[in-house]
Amino acid sequence: MSSPAVVPIPQDDTTARRRRSILLVFCCTVLGAAAQILMKVGMEHFTLSVPALLTNLPLIGGYALYGINTLLLVVALRDAELSMLYPIIALTYVWVTLLSYTLLHETPNVYKNIGIGTIVVGVAVLGRGGRR
Amino acid sequence: MSPVLLRSMLLVFTASVVGSFGAVFLKFGSANVGKSVLSFVNRNLIVGVALYLGSSVFYGLGLKGGEVSVLYPMVSLGYIWTMVWSRIFFKETFNMQKLVGLGLVLLGVVFVGIGSGG
Repeated sequence: MSSPAVVPIPQDDTTARRRRSILLVFCCTVLGAAAQILMKVGMEHFTLSVPALLTNLPLIGGYALYGINTLLLVVALRDAELSMLYPIIALTYVWVTLLSYTLLHETPNVYKNIGIGTIVVGVAVLGRGGRR
Repeated sequence: MSPVLLRSMLLVFTASVVGSFGAVFLKFGSANVGKSVLSFVNRNLIVGVALYLGSSVFYGLGLKGGEVSVLYPMVSLGYIWTMVWSRIFFKETFNMQKLVGLGLVLLGVVFVGIGSGG
């Protein structure tokens, strides 16, 4: 018996890297949303004095998350196209909106809901694009 | 159009351009990033982070000028510049799926912007 004609295509290294980059940016959007919510909470009791700033844990946490976020984004950018990864960052809007509804008890807004739905579909299309 | 709104629109416009160059410099700098933490301290990444911080200052100044229903959707301009730069500087290609995905994301960001302005 000869071996089957269909040989599995070896997993391309660039495909694996590209997938990891998408996953990293996905993590960035979650961290970025958490950072925005923390900053929002932190700014509510913001006073311009050194002791107040040093004890403003939400604000410090927000900045720290932004820092980690940037590092992850850079690692992601190294292995994938900017034009593919950058629009995925818009997922941040989705998490921020949902967190604002649940944690900050903001009133749901129909335009925001349409917007985050459209972003999710757009990111899904982008994530699939380029996959052969 | 009131001069205040025009000024705010110019500031947000500037912010979107500056921020998109931030992304370009992060992409350039990412090429030099290896396993060591020190590899993150390179000129392009520092410029990229500085541009991001600068753009957030412009956004902050611009968005203070009221009319957020006009200004927030303008934030999505940054996506368009970034696409243009990735084509020019990194010779990235655009297939149908990428364009459709980008279009949907842009539309979504504009809607979230309109909703935030209400």
